[in-house]
Amino acid sequence: MLNPDSVGRTFHGAEEVTVTQSQINDFCAVLSENDTTVAPPTFSIRITLEQSQEILSNPEIGLDWTRVVHGDQRFEIKRPIVANDCLKCSSTIESYKVSDGNEFVVIRSDLHAADQLVVSTWSTLVVRG
Amino acid sequence: MTTVGTALDEKVFYLDRAMLKAYADVSGDQNPIHQNEEFAKAVGLPNVIAHGMLTMALVGKYVTDFAGGSEQVKEFSGRFMKPVVVPVDQKVDLTVSGNIVAVDGNQITLELSATSAGVKVFAMSQAVIIK
Repeated sequence: MLNPDSVGRTFHGAEEVTVTQSQINDFCAVLSENDTTVAPPTFSIRITLEQSQEILSNPEIGLDWTRVVHGDQRFEIKRPIVANDCLKCSSTIESYKVSDGNEFVVIRSDLHAADQLVVSTWSTLVVRG
Repeated sequence: MTTVGTALDEKVFYLDRAMLKAYADVSGDQNPIHQNEEFAKAVGLPNVIAHGMLTMALVGKYVTDFAGGSEQVKEFSGRFMKPVVVPVDQKVDLTVSGNIVAVDGNQITLELSATSAGVKVFAMSQAVIIK
């Protein structure tokens, strides 16, 4: 079970992540997207998922990552990600509820380039009971 | 036509194990349920399943194709309803459809959904684009 004290807490990623053109090219290639000047709308998940996994694996938070399935996903894109962006991630556990023995955790992750918000994402993770 | 109620042309994407491996590599999500049949079945899945975020990325491609580029997409959301099951040596479909639910100046809201093998896999999905 998730530690209820975790709800509302914001965790900051340890370091900046620099996006490379080759990462954008590779992501586009899987989708047969020819325009590689900006990252596709869901590209940021490769940064936020890793960061939120790291946060949620913290034993103090108490989430059993092996039983997690992805429920919902939302992106608010202030501007597209481009090569050489240095992005810093912060994640907040926005809400938590238990329903029918399953846990529902909503994690908001913000990516900033310097002081500019680039993208906000919300992931609902379902921990199967 | 960009008027409310307009249905967009349906598009079919095809997924196979090679695409799942490629997506694992570009996304960093190397969970074995997306690559290893034995592992997937051991945890109660019917077979290897696609990453939910690969499904969403392909629906995103449908959106950006309509919008005229990735930079036109302002919001994108959806719910993973059922897994996309990808048996070995097969290509499975991801059939995406959408329609226009709101128009405000140059801002268009799309409602989207996707099926695979006739099963609804992605729904309650909206995208806000500038066109």
